[in-house]
Amino acid sequence: MIELENVAYSYSGGELLSDISLKLAPGSFHFLTGPSGSGKTTLMKLCYGALLPTAGHVRLFDTDVRALTRDDVALLRRRVGVVHQDCQFLDHLSVTENIALPLNVSGRNAEAAGEDLDDLMHWVGLTERANALPAELSGGERQRAALARAVIMSPDVVLADEPTGNVDWEMSQRLLRLLIELNRMGKTVLIATHDLSLIRATKAHVQARVLRIANRRIQLAGADL
Amino acid sequence: MKSFIKYLRRTLQSDAQADRVVPPSGFTAQLTLFAAGAMAFLAVFSLALSLAAGRLAERWGDELARSATIRIAAPADQQQAQTEAALRILETTRGVAQSRALTDEEQSALLAPWFGSGLALDALPVPRLIEVIETSERMDAAGLRLRLAAEVPGAVLDDHSRWRAPLVKAASRLRMLGWASIILIGAVTAAMVTLAANAALAANAQLIAVLRLVGATDDYIAHAFIRRFTLRALIGAAVGMVVGMVAVLVMPRGGDETASFLTGLGFQGSHWLLPLLIPPLAAAVAFVATRVAARRTLEGLS
Ligand SMILES: Nc1ncnc2c1ncn2[C@@H]1O[C@H](COP(=O)(O)OP(=O)(O)O)[C@@H](O)[C@H]1O
Ligand SMILES: [Mg+2]
Repeated sequence: MIELENVAYSYSGGELLSDISLKLAPGSFHFLTGPSGSGKTTLMKLCYGALLPTAGHVRLFDTDVRALTRDDVALLRRRVGVVHQDCQFLDHLSVTENIALPLNVSGRNAEAAGEDLDDLMHWVGLTERANALPAELSGGERQRAALARAVIMSPDVVLADEPTGNVDWEMSQRLLRLLIELNRMGKTVLIATHDLSLIRATKAHVQARVLRIANRRIQLAGADL
Repeated sequence: MKSFIKYLRRTLQSDAQADRVVPPSGFTAQLTLFAAGAMAFLAVFSLALSLAAGRLAERWGDELARSATIRIAAPADQQQAQTEAALRILETTRGVAQSRALTDEEQSALLAPWFGSGLALDALPVPRLIEVIETSERMDAAGLRLRLAAEVPGAVLDDHSRWRAPLVKAASRLRMLGWASIILIGAVTAAMVTLAANAALAANAQLIAVLRLVGATDDYIAHAFIRRFTLRALIGAAVGMVVGMVAVLVMPRGGDETASFLTGLGFQGSHWLLPLLIPPLAAAVAFVATRVAARRTLEGLS
């Protein structure tokens, strides 16, 4: 589904990621962890085609990202739901409009999808806040709205970058439950987080693999968590 | 071409949802509206100028091609003989298509405005007029004058239209300048829209990033901007055109022929429809300019 083979990435400075190989099988549940600045967000971006590797190969749905045109990448985004680290809403649109944005962008009528949209709003508990502007939302509400937007196209994969940043423990548990639910529906889930307690809290509910970035490389974390 | 029209229509179809995606940007919007309006207004005048200059050049050119006059002012007993002599010379002059002496009736008709009708020409020493119509290759006026001077002492070749040649040239030049202005106006409109579109695209880099994140294609993003600027140019130009046409409409008419250029500055008949092309053309210019600007920006932002 998403496959990285000996991938390296460097910004203008030195190499940030080296020799990363990783395979997200359909229906799997992964955590990506590592200290702040270790390259989690960068690795996520490689996984949805926002960055091209400086070495090695990234294959998305069996296609090398280097062979993709910008339009291909855009179409691919409809199969990969992304919860961006800082959510990224259009500030002048309401919460509902922001959540429906992927529908709009793909030429589907948000009104036709009205019922699904309502269900989704209900699922993330934002029905009451439907007409609010993003700036009026709390941290947890923003994260849930971002998650709703990420899954509205029923993607095969959900990539969530620090979905529990800026929220309290209880809210992070709620968000995690939503992601676990998505995984039970068959979606591949990858969550980047620096918060190990979050990972521990998941253990009882889902078979998750934990990948850790350390010294530019990726390793499978053991029971030491 | 057909697919382009289809594409244009798809682009302009209002899509309430998509239109809300790009936030209205007060300043660039007003700037585009104003620029399109002002340019359309100027375009109406350039068009009026071109058309009026064209009409003038044509009319004067026609007269030039047509006529010269020979006046035979001779003592009454010689007038007939000299007239015939002049006509004979004209018959053998190259570049003369036709020549004929005006009849008494025609001459009194010409003089009627000054002396009233019922004038008896034979009572007055009125010169005889010969109308000369030239062929397209033109007669040699200087040569003809020499021959007339030698054989018909009373003849004066009034090559009255010659003085208009520079005027005709000037009118044609003016028509060209008018068209050049229209082209420049189009180019300036394109430049203004490009600047405004670039400003809007730069101001919305974050928005473009979000749209990309949720799977927007370049086409979708570009269209959101293209639609705006095309509509603004269309509306602005329509207003400017209407104001320009009203201004042309209320230009004073009439006056004598020498001033006809000023009073004739306007549209005639079906030419009134031509300014209606200005708003769609402005829209087309804005469409292309925004599209180019958007493509370039989106390629740069990848
Ligand atoms: N666009 C960029 N240009 C240059 N350096 C960057 C850019 N984005 C991130 N970095 C650097 O790469 C490193 C890893 O960033 P990031 O992937 O965001 O880490 P994490 O998500 O694990 O905190 C950081 O040191 C950051 O400063
Ligand atoms: Mg990060």
